[in-house]
Amino acid sequence: MAYNLKEVAKKPERLTGGHRMCAGCGAPVVVRQILKALKPEDHAVISSATGCLEVSTFIYPYTAWTDSFIHSAFENTGATISGAEAAYNVMKRKGKFEGEAKFIAFGGDGGTYDIGFQALSGAMERGHDMVYVCYDNGAYMNTGIQRSSATPKYADTTTSPAGKKIPGKMQPRKDLTEIMANHHIPYVAQTAPIGNMKDLYEKAEKAIYTPGPAFLNVLAPCPRGWRYNTPDLMELSKMAVETCFWPLYEVIDGKYIINYKPKTKLPVKDFLKLQGRFKHLFKAGNEYMLEEIQKEVDSRWETLLKLAGEA
Amino acid sequence: MSKKELRDIRPDVNWKEITPGGVIDSSGNAHLFKTGDWRSMKPIWNEEKCKQCLLCNPVCPDSSIKVNEEGKMTGIDYDHCKGCGVCAKVCPFKAIDFVEEV
Amino acid sequence: MAIRERLSGNEATAIAMKQINPDVVAAFPITPSTEVPQYFSTYVADGVVDTEFVAVESEHSAMSACIGAQAAGGRAMTATSANGLAFMWEALYIAASSRLPIVLSAVNRALSGPINIHNDHSDTMGARDSGWIQIYSENNQEAYDNMLMAHRIGEHPDVMLPVMICQDGFITSHAIENIELVEDDKVKAFVGEYKPAHSLLNRENPISVGPLDLQLHYFEHKRQQAQAMANAKKVILEVSEEFYKLTGRKYGLFEEYKTDDADVVIVVLNSTAGTVKYVIDQYRAEGKKVGLIKPRVFRPFPVDELADALSKFKAVAVLDKADSFNAAGGPLFTEITSALFSKGVFGPKVINYIFGLGGRDVKSNDIEIVYDKLLEIANTGKVDSVYNYLGVRE
Repeated sequence: MAYNLKEVAKKPERLTGGHRMCAGCGAPVVVRQILKALKPEDHAVISSATGCLEVSTFIYPYTAWTDSFIHSAFENTGATISGAEAAYNVMKRKGKFEGEAKFIAFGGDGGTYDIGFQALSGAMERGHDMVYVCYDNGAYMNTGIQRSSATPKYADTTTSPAGKKIPGKMQPRKDLTEIMANHHIPYVAQTAPIGNMKDLYEKAEKAIYTPGPAFLNVLAPCPRGWRYNTPDLMELSKMAVETCFWPLYEVIDGKYIINYKPKTKLPVKDFLKLQGRFKHLFKAGNEYMLEEIQKEVDSRWETLLKLAGEA
Repeated sequence: MSKKELRDIRPDVNWKEITPGGVIDSSGNAHLFKTGDWRSMKPIWNEEKCKQCLLCNPVCPDSSIKVNEEGKMTGIDYDHCKGCGVCAKVCPFKAIDFVEEV
Repeated sequence: MAIRERLSGNEATAIAMKQINPDVVAAFPITPSTEVPQYFSTYVADGVVDTEFVAVESEHSAMSACIGAQAAGGRAMTATSANGLAFMWEALYIAASSRLPIVLSAVNRALSGPINIHNDHSDTMGARDSGWIQIYSENNQEAYDNMLMAHRIGEHPDVMLPVMICQDGFITSHAIENIELVEDDKVKAFVGEYKPAHSLLNRENPISVGPLDLQLHYFEHKRQQAQAMANAKKVILEVSEEFYKLTGRKYGLFEEYKTDDADVVIVVLNSTAGTVKYVIDQYRAEGKKVGLIKPRVFRPFPVDELADALSKFKAVAVLDKADSFNAAGGPLFTEITSALFSKGVFGPKVINYIFGLGGRDVKSNDIEIVYDKLLEIANTGKVDSVYNYLGVRE
């Protein structure tokens, strides 16, 4: 069925208000929309890596999850959910579970790109019928904005501070979506909360209902870590896409599909200038950093076009 | 074991009565926790300007844009709205004002 | 009728797991426990169990998958040794605090470093405060029997704690000995169905597991967890009694060997007890009043029972196959002396030997050295050295 915002808005909320995420946080927006893609009659088992999402949505005795939820540690959400899925397979075979259960793991970029990478890779390779969602805000926000391997080059974080000698994080961002595509799993997609959320919703639906493992990498702006005013959440997300910093694409059984190509690809500085973490890039003498970032974005975009057979 | 509602897990609950392993079986009970008092700014919905495009609904981090069974926006849940202003910013019809909380 | 077989400790463990037929086994290979998942995966491949075997990419994920599976309402099991157990560390604590009665076969091996594949108890002793019930096994028969009892103990509503069944790497795990197996149907009836009060897969009553638990409630959860461990002692005795009725094999919190009229005893875990029994028989033939106390249950620690049992001896040597590096004795010694002190038992002189690290062979003459020292202490009433090392080149 074609995406219909009104129909989606009518579906039950599976993440309640009353969680303790910051005002204007991108992560719960992402999570809400992904859970909306579940069929209302399906039971969900959701896990989360330690991180903002987990510590804010399940503070004893309050849980914001209307489905079943499990958190065990930071680096193991891929493994934890895979155990639950394995138990489900047995119970289903034994006739102990009626209907369908879906398994969704959430992790921030810290819990996914870094400390949880091994458990994620293992779970995907083993072929569990599950979705792993990375809500990527580009740093360890829960502990106070430390750099991760998802942090863009030159970003100012509390462990890659823009100092007098070293101008922020000195390494480029790891391309996790690409790494997951190279696991040769049935479905991999990169998305972001954009406009009426069609892209995010449809990818979530495909990921959840494609048998086997699926991976979603979802940009989730963080007003504290990125340093912008909270109302601008959707603007930040949009600019990440319009500059091709964060292309929307999917890899279905190995086939690359670019879901959105900006008519005019905006310069990446239009995305960077909205954020306090890149403020130092706009000082006189630092133009080379902007040029370097632009080159990196262009090169990754060209590679993606080639993979999709569009270049 | 009977369902443990929040009323059974009061702040003074002792170790014999607390739920084993920290398991909570009244799922979604966080809606009983009010985050509305976090607000310093407040979105105000102007019903007459609203065209019911619903763009405000999915962008709310706090599930606080109320939509009824007919799929109509009916207002803002101030018990949970933290006043981030994302809804006001995305509204194409300027039907949501974003004002100082008083 | 019971089945007579000849099996290694690992195969006996795997057969126990086959008879238990758990929902999920998640494991990662590590010497000397590797054979357990190897044997078990052949049962899965041949379709003789209903289990999903999850061949995880690490021990940390093995325990994490067990946590997910058990929370989902399944029975989850794993096996590991040494560094594998150490890598699980964080998740061991989470399994226990989440009150998930996972069962783990721990095949004891020295913890790195330096890396060493042979037996000592540094691995499970390191995990002694993780909140797991720990049961030690002298031989393949005990490893098998303890495994059959593990779920009944851990899943008891007064307990709800994970259980670690320990046996000595290579010495027990790889040595083939006679064993008596229980028939499949009897095991099935004895172990019973797992019916948790809550599970992630109960769609009528969804749950959340693993909260952020702050100053207001964390302590109450921990106190409750501590009570579960205290409750486990009674449950272990009840289950062991039921197992005795089924098999005629009697188990308690610890085994006493020729202690009735003994003047001195050795306290030691696992397979070394076999060597000690051999020496006791030799010494008894010479009229020397020596005995053995072999703790079976280390967690919960049977403080009252051990203090009472030890109170009648003149001298006691606690043999630790692990060092605490506290410059004051191994973990078993510290717990035993603490038990004696706190129960007001000041009669016996107690000394400690750390022995067998990294699989250093323990021969009967090593044990003779200990008994000779104990008999000397019993005669003179004098202890010249409390903390000792046995079998190390000086």
